[in-house]
Amino acid sequence: MLGSAVIVFRESLEAALLVGIVAAASRTIIGRARWIAGGVLAGAVGAVLVALCASRIAILFEGMGQELFNAGVLAIAVVMLAWHQIWMSAHSKELASGAHKIATEVRDGGRELSAVFIVIALAVLREGSETVLFLYGLLSGGGTSTGALVAGGLAGLLGGAVLGILLYAGMLRIPLRWFFSVISVLILLLAAGMASKMTQLLVQADVLPGSLSPLWDTSSVLPGDSAIGILMHALVGYEPRPAGMQVASYALTVAIILAGMWLVRRPASTKN
Amino acid sequence: MNTFTRFVGVIIFVFSALAAAVDPEVTLTIRNHRFEPSELRVPAGKKIKVVIDNQDATAEEFESHALNREKVVPGNSRVPVFIGPLKPGRYPFEGEYNAKTAKGVVIAE
Repeated sequence: MLGSAVIVFRESLEAALLVGIVAAASRTIIGRARWIAGGVLAGAVGAVLVALCASRIAILFEGMGQELFNAGVLAIAVVMLAWHQIWMSAHSKELASGAHKIATEVRDGGRELSAVFIVIALAVLREGSETVLFLYGLLSGGGTSTGALVAGGLAGLLGGAVLGILLYAGMLRIPLRWFFSVISVLILLLAAGMASKMTQLLVQADVLPGSLSPLWDTSSVLPGDSAIGILMHALVGYEPRPAGMQVASYALTVAIILAGMWLVRRPASTKN
Repeated sequence: MNTFTRFVGVIIFVFSALAAAVDPEVTLTIRNHRFEPSELRVPAGKKIKVVIDNQDATAEEFESHALNREKVVPGNSRVPVFIGPLKPGRYPFEGEYNAKTAKGVVIAE
């Protein structure tokens, strides 16, 4: 039971933290709760479907189907987060003052919420499908009783959710004038971390070269399987032994998003 | 989408064709939630194709922090994972879903 709790906790943690951040980031948008809940639900359904097709996905592309599938999922999430980030930057003044009742704002808010929906659904799908596969394996293995398994899985899920809620609640305590700056940095690094994970999968699938790997090794300072290491991995994409390509894609993602934010902010400030 | 799929397919094909031509290949079998061999000796400084052959009915997650690799291997499936080029040394790995029994180490030399 403990084993299943720990694994489900670890798999659900990343998705829960992401939901916490995205929920906080969209705090001023009306009607977000339904979209967030919808995203979690759609992701959960998707996770079961992906788990059911796992064997079929795995053998695609000479056995690299899983890497390419997950890399694709991550790519969409990175684009959505980048878009979200740039949108927030363009509307930073309205968001901070809480004035967002203009007609165009509402329309933008709707698009913004669909980005929230997609980002959450994809995160739950990716982490959830691995959880489903693991639990299914335990069930059919017959080693653990169904009751203990379900209890363990629920305990793990609850643990992940509690951390996500704590992160959300903690962020809401940040004074509003700093809030969007903090969120902005968090989402920027979250997106870069996802781009880095995507690159790792492409290196693993031999689509990208694995040269200069690892570029550095900080596993003795902050091991990847320590509590803080896991948390930092989920939040900012921390890797103790990153491949050269991962570091490059991380930096590139940060640079592209910052450039986008800078570009949309300029005309907005001259217009008003 | 279709063009994209084909494009990705071509890229994968080309890369895997190149890989098949050059990269050493080793097989790692999973049976009864254990890895065989549990010590996998590979040449250092080369990219290696590790074919994981999961003969169990249940899925396993091949995971190694040292190798920076993580891959779910569905039950009764064979899937490859590329590792390296590695510096000489020991790189432990485990099956996350059955971490008590599924343990092993890649030895690059």
